[in-house]
Order: sequence, then structure tokens, then C-alpha cells
Amino acid sequence: MRKRALDTVFALAQQDERVVYIGSDVGQGTLQGFQESIPERFFVEAISEAYVIGMAAGMAMTGFVPYVNTIATFLTRRCLDQIAVDLCIGNHPVRLVANGGGLVYAPLGPTHEAIEDIALMRCLPNMTVLVPCDAEEMERAVRASLDWSGPIYIRIARGGESVVSLPERGFFIGKAIEVRQGEKLLIATTGVMLQTALEVQDIMARAGYNLGIVHFHTVKPLDTAWLANQLGPYSHVASLEEHSVIGGLGSALAEWLCENGDHKLKRFGIPDRFADRFGNQAKLLSYFGLDAASIAKELQAWVKPS
Amino acid sequence: MTNSRLEKKELVEKIRQYRIDIIEMLHRAGSGHPGGSLSAIDLIASLYHYEMQHRPNEPLWPGRDRFVLSKGHGVPAQYAVMAGMGYFPKEELKQLRQINARLQGHPSDQFLPGIEASTGSLGMGLSFAMGCALSAKLQGESQRVYCLMGDGEIQEGQVWEAALSAPKFKLDNLVAIIDYNKGQIDGPTNEVMNLEPLMDKWRAFNWHCIAIDGHNLDQIEQAFQEARLTQSKPTLILAHTVKGKGVSFMEGVIDWHGAAPNADETAKALQELKG
Repeated sequence: MRKRALDTVFALAQQDERVVYIGSDVGQGTLQGFQESIPERFFVEAISEAYVIGMAAGMAMTGFVPYVNTIATFLTRRCLDQIAVDLCIGNHPVRLVANGGGLVYAPLGPTHEAIEDIALMRCLPNMTVLVPCDAEEMERAVRASLDWSGPIYIRIARGGESVVSLPERGFFIGKAIEVRQGEKLLIATTGVMLQTALEVQDIMARAGYNLGIVHFHTVKPLDTAWLANQLGPYSHVASLEEHSVIGGLGSALAEWLCENGDHKLKRFGIPDRFADRFGNQAKLLSYFGLDAASIAKELQAWVKPS
Repeated sequence: MTNSRLEKKELVEKIRQYRIDIIEMLHRAGSGHPGGSLSAIDLIASLYHYEMQHRPNEPLWPGRDRFVLSKGHGVPAQYAVMAGMGYFPKEELKQLRQINARLQGHPSDQFLPGIEASTGSLGMGLSFAMGCALSAKLQGESQRVYCLMGDGEIQEGQVWEAALSAPKFKLDNLVAIIDYNKGQIDGPTNEVMNLEPLMDKWRAFNWHCIAIDGHNLDQIEQAFQEARLTQSKPTLILAHTVKGKGVSFMEGVIDWHGAAPNADETAKALQELKG
């Protein structure tokens, strides 16, 4: 997914002279072609994320569209003030391409695990938050980002995930994609948890459930029109995300449903604590109950089949 | 500079008026930062009147040089100069910090055309200015970029990230200025955190460094000239200044970092400034 994101940035840079790449401490091997063919718009910057955000803002306000690529935690946690002041107040078109969203860096521990990045970005005025589900959708997301007027946070997940998005559904920033219509119980998901949601659906179907699935590749702005118009068949909504239960998609849905719906809501996400295990991403997700079998079991205890 | 050039004695007179404007603005607002506004006014006025290419009647003119006031709390000084040059009616200075005013307590590009960056969270401006300077180089433009920082401000680590980076890009169109007024809210700057030897630090980071008296208009102008003649390196101007300069009871007194003068103090200050 990361390679596809950066390849797409390169493709955009070849078409559009405004596009600039700024990478910091992530290894630029995948972008050798970019570096060789457009060196004047390819920057490998120091391990100094705060300064990189300011540099990108300065370039954005003078006509460029910088794509900044580094690790999600260092962008969102370390640079929160720079992002708020330099990017969001001025509404500058900088794109933050964030590696390792969620528990990708499980072996590296909590310093590198981005479990609150969506929350931190979502609460900033003017920020848009994109969480594509696979490499194909990542390419569509990066292409859609080019002419968006304000700052965008683009969350990159693990690599090698199966492709489940469909090109004919397109990609429109701020528009949810209804993957499957069901009744009674809806899973609302974002990012690569869509694949898990599809696995959950298989299990649930065998148990007699007709599960609906909606994919919010844009967590902010939340597609409230979809919620207002399409929640009719459902009484129960389960959010599913590779993110803290605080502040992410589940919170966004809770905020909306509190004021607009009478649905029951259950949030599946990472509990409010730092990881106390290492291992790998899949094992850590299971440890937090975010594997398909655990989710399906919990859903079946929550809702009877329709 | 697109306006006709002022004689130096005319600029001296303008700056005297700007100091009056600053005191009146802060008194009316009831809050603000007189110390760092008065220490920076000679530098800011010299930039706008003598050094920068800009058009007060066309603030977003693409060819303009860029000024980033990284020490955003000194913005009353910038507003005074901008009003004096015709960016907006001088009457508007009375609205500093009012709810519907364009003149915010810290500069923001969102409200007032001609302000380049939203600043106030210290230490960020030089990175932003560096991005502007780099853009100009990439676009083949001759624009110059000026960034004014406080001495307390450069305790922020991000300043040194930018300081490390600007020479890499050979940004000889970038001028960083330190308003070295020796004071910050918690006391004398070099007691809170010793910055010295400050020139050596910037030299070691590969900047062309010039130390001046930041209230001496000849030295300020010469420093900007020297920066223009410097190739392949960004320039750092270390401007030795006096906090509260021009108002005797404010000069060098830390308590005037962030306190507005009351009616009596204002009258006394204006009496001194009006002479």
C-alpha cells in the first residue's frame, strides 16, 4: 500500500509541476525513479519532522502541493502543534502520507504504533482524514487528494492486504462506500479492517445473519448524508477500526448517533492503553480481540439473527 | 521597495510615531506585549520601508518579498508599520484584539492580507520561511524571505532543525533576524537558558552571521545589504536590542514583556515619545 501511494505521488509529480515529495527517515528506495527524474522536487529531509511540516507549509503557501512521508506517530504526535498552526489554520494543501497506521509496527512497540492518529487529526479544524482499505483504493485516494483545497492526512496500513475495493465504486473524498446492504446489524469500518469485516460477514452469514457493511475511507469529513439516509434497515451499528476506541471512527459515529439516531452502538477498536505485547500485527490484533472470529462471537452475543 | 524612499530622518520620525501607535494600541486593547514590540520596531520598519519589495495596495502581489514574524507576540509593531504604509487605515489599529477585528493578538494569514503565516506558537517561523525561500529558488524567482525571531524563542528545538537545514539548500535569499533583547517572561534570557556564544552557534551551522545594534538604522540597512551580497548561504542577523526601547521605564524591565500600560503609564510613555 505504501509503495502504491508513493508510486502514485510520483505519477502525479510527472503530470503536475506543483507536486513535491518530502520524505523523512523512511528509506527512499521505492522512489529511486522519482529522485532520478525529478530531483528538484524530491527532498530527503533530516530526522526533523517538526521542521519538515513548516517547510511544507511554506512551500504550499507559495504554490506547491507537498506530499510529506514519514511514520504516522512522528507526524501526528510529535508534530501536532505544527500541523495545527502551520497547516490547519492556514488551510494549506499539504498531504501527510503516514506510514504504519494502526499496529503495523507491532514488533517495534508503542513508540511506533499509531493507535490515536485518526483522533489527533480528526479534531483539527480544516483537516481531512483518509484511510484507504487496499493498494487500489490508496491510488484512487492519492489521485483524489491532488486538487483538494486543505491539508489531508492519508493513513497507510500494512502492505500485502487483499484487494477488496472495486474501481467502479470510485473514490470521492467524504463519500462512504456501502459494501453490502444487510438488515438489523451494520458494521461501519475504515481502512484495512474492511477485509476483517468481510471475514466477519462470512462467519455471520453461516449463523443466519444478514450483515450490512459500510466503508468510511474518509473519517473526516464524515459522510453524514449516508448515515442520515441509509441507516433505515439497521437497529445495531458496530464500528470496527485499527485504532483506539477513543477518537476514531467509533467516536465519530457515536457523536453523530447520539444526536441523530436511536441505534445501539458497539465500538470495536484498540482499548485505551498502550500495547503491552509485541509479536506482530496480526497477533496483537487478536490479543485485542480484533480478529474476525472474536468479533463475530461478540456480535452474536449482542444481536440475535434477523 | 515600491514606495519612494524615505530620507533616514523621515524614517526616524515614522518609527517614533510607530512607537506611539504601539503604546496606544496596547493600552486600548488592555493586553499585549510592549517590550518585544518596541525592541523589534526599528528592524520591522527598516524591512518594510527600505528593504523589502512589496505593495501595500496589493498585499498578495505574487512578486513580493516575504516577511515571517516568528515572534508573533511582537505583531503590534508589524501592524503599526503596515498601517503606516497604507495596508489598512490607521484607524483600524484601535481594534487590536477586539472580537470582530482583523488585528488579532497574534498574526494570522486568515484575517489580514499581507500577513504571511500564522505564528505565535514559538519556534515555527524559520521552518516556514525556509519553505518559502526554497520555493522561490525552485520557481526561479528573485524573492527574498525574512524571518524575525525572538531570543527566547530560539530555545525551541525546531529553530535548530531549520538552522541545520537552510544551509543545505544554499538559501542566500533567506535572512533570519534575532531580536536579541535579552529578556523573556521568566527573566533575563541568558539566565533562563544561556544562548551564548550565539554567533558561534549560527556560524557553526554554516550561516553567514552579522551582529548589529538593532536600533541603529544605518547598521540595520548595512546588514541587509551585506545579506544581499552573500552568496550560497543564508544570513543570520543578530540584532542587539533593548526590550521596551524608547520608553524609559520599560527599557530592560522584564515585567513589560506581556503587560499593557495603564492610563497613567500610557500618558507618561506618550509624553516621552512625543518629546
